[in-house]
Amino acid sequence: MSDWPEVGDDDRDGRDAREGTPTTAADGGVDVREQFRPDDHPTDHFLLTTVVGSYPKPKWLNRSEDLVDDEEYDFDEDHLHEAHDDAARLITEEHERAGLDVVCDGEMRRNEMVEYFAHRIDGYEFNGPVKVWGHNYFDKPSVVDEVSYGEQWLVEEFEFTSGVAQRPVKVPITGPYTLANWSFNEHYEDEETLAYELADLVNEEIEALVDAGARYIQIDEPALATTPDDHAIVGECLERIVDDVPADVRLGLHVCYGDYSRIYPEILDFPVHEFDLELANGDYEQVPVFTEPDFTKDLALGVVDAHTAEVEPVEVIKENIKKGFEIVPPERLTISPDCGLKLLPRDIAYGKMENMVQAAREVEQELDDGEVDVGFAAPAADD
Amino acid sequence: MTELVATTPGLLPLPDWAKGELSDLKGHQKSDLIDGTEGEDVTEAYDRVRTEELEWQTEAGLDRVVEGQGRWDDNIAHPLAVADAVDTRGIVRYYDNNNFYREPVVTDDLAASGDVAAELDAAAALLDGDAGGLQAVLPGPYSLADLATDEHYGDEAAFLDAVADFLVGEVEQFPDIETLFLLEPSLVENPPEDGIDERAGAAIDRVAGATGADVVCHTYWGAVPEKAYAHLMDADLDAVGFDFVSDHEANLYNITEYGTTDDIALGLVDGQNTRVESVETIRDRVEWVNEQVPAQSFDTTYLTANTELFYLPVNRAREKLDVLARAAAEEEEVTA
Repeated sequence: MSDWPEVGDDDRDGRDAREGTPTTAADGGVDVREQFRPDDHPTDHFLLTTVVGSYPKPKWLNRSEDLVDDEEYDFDEDHLHEAHDDAARLITEEHERAGLDVVCDGEMRRNEMVEYFAHRIDGYEFNGPVKVWGHNYFDKPSVVDEVSYGEQWLVEEFEFTSGVAQRPVKVPITGPYTLANWSFNEHYEDEETLAYELADLVNEEIEALVDAGARYIQIDEPALATTPDDHAIVGECLERIVDDVPADVRLGLHVCYGDYSRIYPEILDFPVHEFDLELANGDYEQVPVFTEPDFTKDLALGVVDAHTAEVEPVEVIKENIKKGFEIVPPERLTISPDCGLKLLPRDIAYGKMENMVQAAREVEQELDDGEVDVGFAAPAADD
Repeated sequence: MTELVATTPGLLPLPDWAKGELSDLKGHQKSDLIDGTEGEDVTEAYDRVRTEELEWQTEAGLDRVVEGQGRWDDNIAHPLAVADAVDTRGIVRYYDNNNFYREPVVTDDLAASGDVAAELDAAAALLDGDAGGLQAVLPGPYSLADLATDEHYGDEAAFLDAVADFLVGEVEQFPDIETLFLLEPSLVENPPEDGIDERAGAAIDRVAGATGADVVCHTYWGAVPEKAYAHLMDADLDAVGFDFVSDHEANLYNITEYGTTDDIALGLVDGQNTRVESVETIRDRVEWVNEQVPAQSFDTTYLTANTELFYLPVNRAREKLDVLARAAAEEEEVTA
């Protein structure tokens, strides 16, 4: 396998020559963030606003998914495909209407974050639902043979979404550690081996996505929050994932709420640009975790709670955004909800996004005006 | 010659029809889960679950059958979740799994509810002559205290004793049973510290003493640390259960170093993986244990899954019941 592309590897400009991980703008390397600033952005400061990924499905889409299994109705896979297209178009536009700088389709085509991929990977089989808690179940798949790349995973989803979107599109993809940890492993000697095999497949998919034009990819590893001692395995998976991915493709890692002190600062060695963290849920009590040692990557900060069904007021969200400046300066802060919004009522999910964007725009103006006096955003003494 | 007895630690997966039906009847939220006051239609659905799960076990030919614990929404924390003086609060992680239960918070003096006894009465009424003997399943006092939060008793020792008394009260209401499995995963996952380890052994002893049935204290997800294991040996148990799936070496070390009970329970089938072990593998594993412990011959050897079975889809869980029953039966034919 070849190494991460370095400056001079090809004729593209602006690459950083240092070894190891892809560099962030703050490291003095290639700026993979500025490409997402809208041309008509009104302020000098730019707090990139985006989402984690999932969004509530319109009720009619849920109905459509049920209908296709019901022989009583003349509703087949082609009809469902059309319904998915319609929903993806609708929700992508809903994200744009909320004013987000980078959008996605709300994962309208995906049923669940492991099942969706397991259906597309050869070597998996399904035996039936298992309990997660109460009456919440998950069709936990079993790896019964060597895993290999079957049909495409997300390229068609990306092509459709970027075709209807006016804004850049982010692609969330379930990470190999979670794909391994949330499956039964019948075939491989251990879960670590399975995770590395899956990482190679994720790498293959990301290369296809990049070929299709994707420039912002977020790896989701919720399982890392539940088994933080495995951070070295996740790091090794990421090394495999980024192999041969061009340096101007922005790579993020989303880790759901957990005891972040158990994975920090080790995660700073991971070869990604950005960490997307769920901090609103714990009322920012874990902010100090990320201040010692210094946070050297970009931070995508959760500023609205994905588990409360009330829309936070703009003023509250602005204060949450400013918590981020205790960790990184404005040019390295991304603004995002804590986690996927799919469990919320749709109007609440929309309200959260809309207020989040407005709060970000107001904070940008305050930054331009030198009115923010928090942490890394405080004006330097010699200004 | 040891008698081989096929059984499980209980908590079977709900039949797939029941997953949908009960979810529709009860709802998906944490406030919709079992609190011991469910209405007629929910009760009737669980009656059908119990009947079906007993049939699974009887068809497989298990020597001990469990009620199935279909109602245990909060897994082994269930007995507290249905008790008075307990608030069920947020959803918290169930050990190191991608599973969750409602945190039971004890706010007043605990008293037995008779909930588990009522389930056992219902199961006993369904058993006919072909079925195996009825086996009760309860959390052990150490694990139940570990899974719960105390806002009433004030210190760890007092709380552990109160939980043990609570379980004694439950056991005293049981109908006639053949065996009682006390599940104690916390002895491995969050082992007791100095001082509490001796008290944990004594608490288990008290609960075991509340029944004339055979009592198996089953441990899993690794091996109990040495000192806690030594204190467990002080309890008057018929058998200790060991998880040979997750760590056969450390468990064997405890057995050879500190000895064990006259009977033994061997967790030989993986309750958390869909790969189904062959009967041959199970028999080889039993033989392996016997070879490694030449100094001791067990009166009874329970063959069981290492963990509860609700982690598995129904088809694989049932196949594993089959394998356990056949391993116990065939082994007898060979050695008789």
